[in-house]
Amino acid sequence: MTMDFLRPATWAEALEAKAERPGAVPVQGGTDVMVELNFDVRRPDALLDLNRVAALGEWSAEEDGRLRVGAGVTYARLIAELGDRLPGLAQAARTVGSPQIRNRGTVGGNLGAASPAGDGHPPLLAAGAEIEVESAARGVRMIPAEEFYLGVKRSALEPDELIRAFWTRPAGGPQYFSKVGTRNAMVIAVCSFALALHPAERRAGTGIGSAAPTPRRAVAAEEFLAAELDWDTGRLDPGLPRRFGELAAGAASPIDDVRGTAAYRRHAVAVLARRTLTWAWHDLWAAGPHEGPHDGPRGRVRRPGGPVAPGDPGDPEKPRREAG
Amino acid sequence: MNGETDITGADGVPDPVTADLRLSVNGVPRPVTVDTRETLLDTLREHLGLTGAKKGCDHGQCGACTVLVDGRRALSCLTLTVTADDVEIVTVEGLADGDALHPLQAAFIENDALQCGYCTPGQLCSAAGALAEAADGWPSAVTPDLSAPPRLDETEIRERMSGNLCRCGAYPGIVAAVGQVAR
Repeated sequence: MTMDFLRPATWAEALEAKAERPGAVPVQGGTDVMVELNFDVRRPDALLDLNRVAALGEWSAEEDGRLRVGAGVTYARLIAELGDRLPGLAQAARTVGSPQIRNRGTVGGNLGAASPAGDGHPPLLAAGAEIEVESAARGVRMIPAEEFYLGVKRSALEPDELIRAFWTRPAGGPQYFSKVGTRNAMVIAVCSFALALHPAERRAGTGIGSAAPTPRRAVAAEEFLAAELDWDTGRLDPGLPRRFGELAAGAASPIDDVRGTAAYRRHAVAVLARRTLTWAWHDLWAAGPHEGPHDGPRGRVRRPGGPVAPGDPGDPEKPRREAG
Repeated sequence: MNGETDITGADGVPDPVTADLRLSVNGVPRPVTVDTRETLLDTLREHLGLTGAKKGCDHGQCGACTVLVDGRRALSCLTLTVTADDVEIVTVEGLADGDALHPLQAAFIENDALQCGYCTPGQLCSAAGALAEAADGWPSAVTPDLSAPPRLDETEIRERMSGNLCRCGAYPGIVAAVGQVAR
């Protein structure tokens, strides 16, 4: 078995190559694809190396106010360059793999693999991101994140298409990502949850990871928040985060596997949802109830809840190790 | 790329697709012909005689193969050599300045930061990368204040070195050594 190695220098060449060789596996950081190659899980007849396509490594602020982040922007750069505007995604990025992995891996690769456990997915769902894909034959398609994930490691990407970028608005309010794992580095999430408050629209977005065949929104939980959160005074009824957690858990359809049981995951999703809501709401109103919700992201950036050890999800609603 | 897919060797097995590259390793140009499936780790060890980087797990879990690529730490087992022909690679063999040890190497010795030594080349390259990242102001998952330059205390060092495993458990010495150089 041999393997052709395709190295387009431009995006147009990359699209042509993918049209000619739809079976070619795109590779950017290699942190996912290479694991499968090294262990002979996959024998692609061609690899399509996208590292020379400079445009993929760029991000820009677009006219409609959104950020367009190229599929080749690494997690490390996303944290350093966009952490202030995309705090939820940056929190998730800081928990991906290890520092070495974050220096190479990309959200584009996370999307291409479409694993239900990918850390990048829940924040994209919570923020309402869109995925820009393109083919030589049919041009550009914009796919809302919630329509992108079709099944375990299956996405809406056609065989002749490549992921160009994701588009998302800079955070209009507090965002949090939290996940459960045995340690921070080098573990696949047992489950994860992302929350984004959108004060201007008086609603919240959600994303559940690793607790269903695909990353998915907790739609009923979002509707509950839109109806019940008190955006005028900031008062948070203690029962509200708990109910929100229950509804989020109801949106999950987890399985038993080596990392955890379905029952544990459902319980943990409820806890993560409850906590992220409490943190985000407190951030939003920390300046005092009379000031009301902020329109922009907060200046003070709080570190996220971070991964939580399994069996420990009943702790107080406080970001772990926050005080450091 | 000089490979053609359907050439079949005398034994009936297709010849590998190969590529002629000119790598830059530890500041020295290294021309090499590699199978397109080859990882940078295998090229360093098998073709270039640089056996410092170790194959611990071969799937990005252990960090023993960590090298610096354009100054940033990367896992050579997850890097295809064909993608590395336009970057600067530094391995543990390139850290010292002649006979003068890199400060991290000296600190590892001073602090007993190793027992069997198998993970040490990866730990050293990773530590060099971690110090550069901190100097550039990159936060980690445990950085309490994202607006201030990170301070490399024990918690920060442990998190930033979390991509490198040490089965001997020399972590206290490793943390002490990295901390000594960070200060």
